[in-house]
Amino acid sequence: MTAAAPSPKANMGQPVPRYDAAAKVTGRATYASDMPLDNPAYAFLVTSAIAKGRIDRFDLDEAKGVRGVIEIVTHENAPKLKESKLFSNGGYAGTTIQPLKSADIAHDGEIIAVVVAESYEAAREAANRVKVSYTATAPSASFDSTGTTTAAAKGQNAQFKEDPAVGDFAKAFDAAEVKLTAAYDTPTQHHNPMELFSTSCAWMGDNLVIYEGSQFVYGLKHGVAEQLGIDADKVRVVNPYVGGGFGSRGSMTPRTAIIAGIAKRLGRPIKLVPTRDQGFTITTHRAETRQEIKLGANRDGKLLALRHEGAEVSSRADAYCVGGTKTTTRLYACPNVDSLVSIVRADRNTPGFMRSPPEVPYLFALESAMDELAVKLNMDPVELRRINDTNVEPIGGKPYTSRSLMACFDEAARAFGWAQRSPQPKSMSDGDWLIGYGCAATCYPTQMGPSAARVRVQRDGRTRVEIAGHEIGTGAYTVIAQTAAERLGVPLEKVAVFMGDSDLPPAPVAGGSNSTASTCSAVMMVCDQIRQRLFKAAMPAQSLTDRAKETVGLGQTPATQAAKGDRPLDIEKAFDALGVGVVEEYGEWKPEGAPLDSFRAMHNGQVRLVGGHAMKDQIAYAFGAEFVEVRVNRFTHEIRCPRLVGAFAAGRIMNPRTARSQLMGGLIWGMSSALLEGTEIDERNARYVNDNLADYLVPVNADVAGVEVILLSEQDDRINPVGVKGLGELANVGTNAAICNAIHHATGQRIRKLPVRLENIEV
Amino acid sequence: MRPFSYQRATDPDMAVQALSAAAAANNPLTQATAQPLAGGTTLIDLMKLDVTRPTAIVDINPLAQAWSAIEPGSDGLRLGALAKMSDVAAHAEIQRNYPVIANSLKLAASAQLRNMATLGGNVMQRTRCSYFRDVSYENCNKRNPGSGCAAMDGVNRMHAVLGTSDQCIATYPGDFAQALIALDAVVEITGKGGTRSMSFAELHKAPGNSPDIETTLQPGELISAFSIPGRWPRSVYLKARDRQSYEFALSSAAIALDVQGGTIRDARVGLGGVATMPWRAREAEALLKGQKFDEALAQRVADAAFADARGRRHNSFKIALGKRVVARALQQAVTMEI
Ligand SMILES: Cc1cc2nc3c(=O)[nH]c(=O)nc-3n(C[C@H](O)[C@H](O)[C@H](O)COP(=O)(O)OP(=O)(O)OC[C@H]3O[C@@H](n4cnc5c(N)ncnc54)[C@H](O)[C@@H]3O)c2cc1C
Ligand code: SF4
Repeated sequence: MTAAAPSPKANMGQPVPRYDAAAKVTGRATYASDMPLDNPAYAFLVTSAIAKGRIDRFDLDEAKGVRGVIEIVTHENAPKLKESKLFSNGGYAGTTIQPLKSADIAHDGEIIAVVVAESYEAAREAANRVKVSYTATAPSASFDSTGTTTAAAKGQNAQFKEDPAVGDFAKAFDAAEVKLTAAYDTPTQHHNPMELFSTSCAWMGDNLVIYEGSQFVYGLKHGVAEQLGIDADKVRVVNPYVGGGFGSRGSMTPRTAIIAGIAKRLGRPIKLVPTRDQGFTITTHRAETRQEIKLGANRDGKLLALRHEGAEVSSRADAYCVGGTKTTTRLYACPNVDSLVSIVRADRNTPGFMRSPPEVPYLFALESAMDELAVKLNMDPVELRRINDTNVEPIGGKPYTSRSLMACFDEAARAFGWAQRSPQPKSMSDGDWLIGYGCAATCYPTQMGPSAARVRVQRDGRTRVEIAGHEIGTGAYTVIAQTAAERLGVPLEKVAVFMGDSDLPPAPVAGGSNSTASTCSAVMMVCDQIRQRLFKAAMPAQSLTDRAKETVGLGQTPATQAAKGDRPLDIEKAFDALGVGVVEEYGEWKPEGAPLDSFRAMHNGQVRLVGGHAMKDQIAYAFGAEFVEVRVNRFTHEIRCPRLVGAFAAGRIMNPRTARSQLMGGLIWGMSSALLEGTEIDERNARYVNDNLADYLVPVNADVAGVEVILLSEQDDRINPVGVKGLGELANVGTNAAICNAIHHATGQRIRKLPVRLENIEV
Repeated sequence: MRPFSYQRATDPDMAVQALSAAAAANNPLTQATAQPLAGGTTLIDLMKLDVTRPTAIVDINPLAQAWSAIEPGSDGLRLGALAKMSDVAAHAEIQRNYPVIANSLKLAASAQLRNMATLGGNVMQRTRCSYFRDVSYENCNKRNPGSGCAAMDGVNRMHAVLGTSDQCIATYPGDFAQALIALDAVVEITGKGGTRSMSFAELHKAPGNSPDIETTLQPGELISAFSIPGRWPRSVYLKARDRQSYEFALSSAAIALDVQGGTIRDARVGLGGVATMPWRAREAEALLKGQKFDEALAQRVADAAFADARGRRHNSFKIALGKRVVARALQQAVTMEI
């Protein structure tokens, strides 16, 4: 085993290489804009240069004069599209702001025209030559702007039902021996997946095929059908590979139906490849937040009172919020809790999911505050977490299905060398560099959604799994193939997996880290259906005994089962008995506690995730602990993070290789979020300034010297049949706080605003 | 990007000819209709962004044979304008005798860019001002003379604190030029009348009232070489930036010292990331000459270097940062083993 492929511990699968590794490293993997089209036309977007106001006039003469231009679509001649509801209100869209509907502009970089030409180059040149006259009105950019409106999230966001509270916060805080009040700010961030936000649309008669990187092919199919006013059966979304999503491809953006509509009108396939900077405004982003935490504790560290207030910026049109208080109010034992989430409306595009949407900003605040409290108490921050660790969440009194938080802290602390830390701030250094150690808890709700799957097995063991899941780089193909191989007892090489196609059986959105739990549960169930059929046919007398159902594999029995002395099923005999060449089963799985309309919703591209704190008698989260070393240069105040160590427990680990990769990427992104990433907004005009990958900083290799991922063994039979807690969004949650806590240790300075820049350091 | 004609210049005359033929008489170089193409890492980028709109591109890479020599000599160093950044940075003699040059190149951009980019193109690189690079902003005096300056009261964290005017505060972003200006480099220019030489310090212009005119180079003129008198083994390039690599300087210092018996005989101070053009802090240098080094002196020198600095809303931190960078770089230069 290597660092990249850690040896499996108890309740872990094999670290098999990625199913799609060869295709990806050889460039054979086809992304949306790679899909061959028959005689396509090329679209290029023109986006607004103002955030609020109206378009007075287009001057298109020069643009139309560019050779190869076919058509320029503006609000004056755009295809008429139906409205689409926000996903949180039962619709499919990430924003209800519909471009090209009127001359009005609702946010910076809104699509105001689409140039279609015979070549990409001509379309782009013509787009550059489109002249627009606007009447601009002063927009509200963000928190400090005039003209924003603020209201509680509860009551305006259908998915934010309650501000969690319990006990009497005010009284308890008043009486507490040790108190802390602190305010924290987090910035706007953009996903910037490698694959641009490309869309190709091709019609064959009344049938539309969409090639677009999507984290939810069923949602996109139904959303576009609704906007076009056509039957969803006529729309197919195809994306066998997605070049990163991070939430940006979870809900439908306006571009898709627009391109589909234009393609229909022109009677030609259209390919759109927007630019990187357009990606900042034609999809969603992580909204900036302002938060306040109040903690009251006993001298011994026991929390008595916690209040967490958060404000988030959204658009005028939509009340989006992430409301991370649902997690922060339940993380530690605390009898008196209060919280409030509010939404500030500004002239911005509607924000959306971005990797661990609620937890990233809200745990930054809580886990920084916990560190501040530890400092006040003169206590090791790990011990403060231990004192307040709990197996029962305080709001509803529900037990955690499993919780290995302190085990993670202890493992990570050991690997990191936490014991070598001298607790005093500014007490460690190396030449020009002040050294700080910091840590924080990380967690993410365990979620799953209804999913279907189809599995087909041939006599020779060749197996085909079909499921409209999504390979967004996480390893979905791999773990689905492993699940089928293990369950059916066929060699992994014989399993072929088909995903990323809305003609396949529906799976949930690849979001909320539910994919592995949901899709593997469904695949497992359908594999069991096949086993039963074959088993019944081959051994009619014994077929119904549970023991046989549990232990008998097909054809090639895995070594572990053979060792137990179980009889393998003679697959040839079973097929003969059935009198068929192929066995195929389709099945639909839903998690316990899923709403009644789950399967209908699943087929309609609507999300019905259950899990986290919203389960009936229990609460399910994955946990981890993150330790970082930060170095701050005494002279330049440059901040570097040479060491990130995380220990994580997330139920069954399907594949330690892909799991490690997810967690490693999460730690790196967490560091990036703390020290580098932040979208700058020009407050005068509510426009993004650093909207490109040279100015929107992400780490380069030189910034990532050491990352260590430790996977803990954890067994949880109460969450789902495969026992999996999602971990894709687990690792980038705690890092923000861990880094600021380490900066405090290095410099004695507490920084409560992200990202931390060198000018924020005063040594 | 807009259509353009492409021509390969196989000898200097042909390049000069092609560039002057297309040059409209009163266009400043930055808006010349014909532009030379070296590594293309600045030029093509700006063409894609629609910031630069030449109608003719003259590829000067075929001149590399004649114009890319790296020639260290006993009395100085000569560098061809088409030498690649990576080749110069990796050159053993330059690392030994001109560490400030080697490091200013090595700490710039990325490995891929350094393999493409040339020294001539490097010194001619344009500002990274976000408003300059985004044509959806009308008001940029550099791109659109007389239109105002969006950065002045906008997001200006990366902008300059030295050499600014009320017309433009854009930072000259390059690193290598700080080493050149500190070391009194001479730039060799090939034009219609053959070649001429001038001090590198005369190449770039402060924005003043015409930020669109960035250099004294005329359309039809090409940089063919740089020469650096003397040797500067006691020299450093210190660069402070947001990430560890692949990032422009927030503040940098190019320091070269001649120290004998503990006394500073000659001192050079170039500043990057903080000024509108390659910047030499002569007042600071004067304070060093004839002195013995100590921390108090470093502080005085740093203060002098930034005496005229003026910050705006987001970039004032560069003044304090710049001073610490200068002081630290001086210390490193004094104590380095040579
Ligand atoms: C993402 C990114 C990061 C970067 N980071 C840094 C950094 O940290 N530090 C740094 O210093 N630089 C940095 N750069 C800039 C890079 O160093 C320059 O783009 C490069 O040096 C330009 O050289 P080139 O040969 O590619 O020039 P080109 O793009 O070919 O030319 C640049 C300009 O100079 C003109 N020109 C070219 N050769 C000559 C000549 N011989 N005579 C007259 N005019 C000429 C061209 O017409 C053009 O206007 C970065 C660039 C990028 C894209
Ligand atoms: S600083 Fe200079 S380059 Fe930037 S917007 Fe102002 S005038 Fe243009």
